[in-house]
Amino acid sequence: MRGARLGVAGVPWLLVPAALGTALVALPVVAMALTVEWSQFWSLVTSEPSRDALWLSLRTATVSTLLCLVLGVPLALVLARSHGRAATLLRSVVLLPLVLPPVVGGIALLQAFGRRGLLGGSFTALGVDIAFTTTAVVIAQTFVAMPFLVLSLEGALRSTGTRFEDVAATLGAAPSLTLRRVTLPLALPGLVSGTILAFARCLGEFGATITFAGSLQGTTRTLPLEIYLQREGDPRAAVALSLVLVAVAVLVIGLTRARRSSLTAGTP
Amino acid sequence: MSARWARTRSYAVRAGAAVTGLTLLVACSGPASSGEGAATTSADTTLTVFAAASLQTPFEAIGAAFEEANPGTTVRFGFGGSSGLVAQLTEGAPADVLATANEATMTTAESAGLLAGTPRPFATNVLQIAVPADNPRRVDALADLADPATKVVLCAPAVPCGAASLAVEKAAGIDITPVSEEQSVTDVLGKVRSGEADAGLVYVTDVRGAGDSVRGIDFPEAAKAVNTYPIATLKGSENASFAIKFVAAVTSPDGQRVLRDAGFSPATP
Amino acid sequence: MTLDATVRLDDRAVDVSLSVADGETLALLGPNGAGKSSVLAALAGLVRPDAGHVTLDGRVLAGDTWVPAHDRDIALLAQDARLFPHLSVLDNVAFGPRARGAGRRGARATGERWLAEVGITAYAHRRPHELSGGQQQRVAVARALATEPRVLLVDEPLSALDVEAAPDVRDLLRRVLADRTAVVVTHDVVDAALLADRVAVMEHGRVVDEGPAARVLGRPRSDFGARFAGLNLVRGVAESGALRMPDGRLLHGLAEEREDPPVPIHDGARLTAVVAPTAVGVHLTHPHGSPRNALTATVTDLEPHGHLVRVRTDTLTADITPGAAAELGLRRGSAVVLSVKATEVHLHVTGTDL
Repeated sequence: MRGARLGVAGVPWLLVPAALGTALVALPVVAMALTVEWSQFWSLVTSEPSRDALWLSLRTATVSTLLCLVLGVPLALVLARSHGRAATLLRSVVLLPLVLPPVVGGIALLQAFGRRGLLGGSFTALGVDIAFTTTAVVIAQTFVAMPFLVLSLEGALRSTGTRFEDVAATLGAAPSLTLRRVTLPLALPGLVSGTILAFARCLGEFGATITFAGSLQGTTRTLPLEIYLQREGDPRAAVALSLVLVAVAVLVIGLTRARRSSLTAGTP
Repeated sequence: MSARWARTRSYAVRAGAAVTGLTLLVACSGPASSGEGAATTSADTTLTVFAAASLQTPFEAIGAAFEEANPGTTVRFGFGGSSGLVAQLTEGAPADVLATANEATMTTAESAGLLAGTPRPFATNVLQIAVPADNPRRVDALADLADPATKVVLCAPAVPCGAASLAVEKAAGIDITPVSEEQSVTDVLGKVRSGEADAGLVYVTDVRGAGDSVRGIDFPEAAKAVNTYPIATLKGSENASFAIKFVAAVTSPDGQRVLRDAGFSPATP
Repeated sequence: MTLDATVRLDDRAVDVSLSVADGETLALLGPNGAGKSSVLAALAGLVRPDAGHVTLDGRVLAGDTWVPAHDRDIALLAQDARLFPHLSVLDNVAFGPRARGAGRRGARATGERWLAEVGITAYAHRRPHELSGGQQQRVAVARALATEPRVLLVDEPLSALDVEAAPDVRDLLRRVLADRTAVVVTHDVVDAALLADRVAVMEHGRVVDEGPAARVLGRPRSDFGARFAGLNLVRGVAESGALRMPDGRLLHGLAEEREDPPVPIHDGARLTAVVAPTAVGVHLTHPHGSPRNALTATVTDLEPHGHLVRVRTDTLTADITPGAAAELGLRRGSAVVLSVKATEVHLHVTGTDL
């Protein structure tokens, strides 16, 4: 275990902007914790709309994260092992949601999957309605969160390269076995942190959801939407719920760290 | 290019200053001074009006006329959700006049001790059924919205337009099951306009402002949820006389005409 | 011929033909950048040649068809050990058998057997990063052999090791390469001499010289070969710690044993002695001071070699100064006595008493 010490890389004045940066992030959260009315905190966060929102958020974020894995892992593999202009283009497309304002993402999703959108007609014909359903929430969350997973995993795959895959092949391992026993295990830290990032992004998703999915208690109103709504109705509830979201986020970060340290246990 | 750079840099400088200020604040932990309005005491007067978002079009017209009638005066608007505006004022945002979209929020402002004068109702607004231009579900009465096959989007009960929607539902004795309860009128309109929803309940003025993509349908029960817009001058005002003048301009026949053109009805005394 | 290959790789400007007989070890010797590793990659199936063919025991691996690497029965030992960092040492070795369909238990048993073979049993349950470079290379050898490959490809396996670890791994390789069909890529002439039956010298993407190790290393025909030309390789049988040459004479030397403490060489083991020509002295009569090795010989050739004169004889080759050559009055057919200090004779066990 290393001692608790803040390194300054021999440049002491770096501590000043570093401290400012910390304050900028930490202060608002602390301020929020200070303003919350603790006497009512429990009743505020356990009201029916709050519980519905939290439960919906956890459910949709979990499903969306799984969807991110199912779609994102192959995508990251393709990106990591491709070269040239086609790969660059593909990467730019896949990472687009990362740089788009989520509202724009919501509008774009509407144009594709909305009732009058590109594919919406076909979906309606099949009897599948996406708008205003929990499915829409999951699509919106997957849309904004997948790039986090892809980026993180692709980085891990690229840094490992194909050296170990070549070895596995010369030892007689077919490509699918190599993927399962070599490629993915080696990229596991990147996969885990990417998954957790994606989950956190799903939990926090607001803009695309409110634009694309709507807002109905228990169906599409996730925690961030509930917080935004309560700002209008009961600001104390908004602060209390925000704190709940902060707590979930801290828990997620904590899990990442715990998972990572157990993964790298033994490595110097 | 260089101008853009300069602007970017100035944002960065300001953001940096804000962060530095934040630290100083922490370091000194003294009470924040709120003397920002003190800078506007020169010959030119700037009047700041906080008004509900639905008032944007008519108020901008009234503001322009006001500036013309009072040379040297600039009217600045802060448009937004009524409760958000009141929250900002409570936090110390400097403004001279407040106009809200309902009386409840004005009462909140009053009990917070923000008002200088008594609030005056100056306009009313009623709900209308908004449908996409082609009205796919052939909606023509409020009762049609209770049809489960019709996708209806309402405002959430927590926001004023949602409270009004609830009131008309009760008055009509019907139960509408919305597919979504939106944050604001704008969100409801957006869903209707894009055709995602078959119908929504919004204010007459909103339908008027949305142009041809949305059609408005009057319904008698709307009279059961008339929304009254009050206006008041604020305590923090540095230009009390101009603030009173502006309120007068809104309630004047000219001001009322502008509001009527935007779809508002006159306030019932 | 078991392995027969013609490989053309356009972007590396490589175009070579090789054949390796059953049980034979071919050294692919050449300077860095000659394209040796690319040839191995093509043989292993990791790189698709632009033209050519690879045939193993009559089965076409590349050419008209393409057999992917995992289906070739060809193992590749890379310059670095490349052990899977997420698997234990034992699981690394068991990986190949598992991949080839062995059960978990069977694969582990195979792994344990090969770990014992390379002397790493004690570290079976460690992670690779806990091992030294030499130990990792040993595990890599075990891992490659555990798949029982038809052909073993070895790419500069000693180049990433420090001076201490290299002889150890070289000894191991010498043991496992005996009687195995293998291609060893190296730029080190000693490795080629000690590990290979035949040597192909590769320069600028072409094979410029090929033949039995003793011939290619003794009388090289290539530019690269000129650098190591004349290196004396004497094969024989161990006897009382010395090497009994085929003509019956004894050559005393130092055993290149890495075992600690040194293990004496068993009589009867096959040995190769490596002697640099500059270490060989030429005399007309038996020299004073009696060096351990004094061999009578007949001069077969005299040729200039840089600023020295190369004296070829019916036994060892010697490099001496032109002044000394003139003083001795050497000519073809002269009877001379060659002297070599025992410390300059490096004895390597090449035989198998595994």
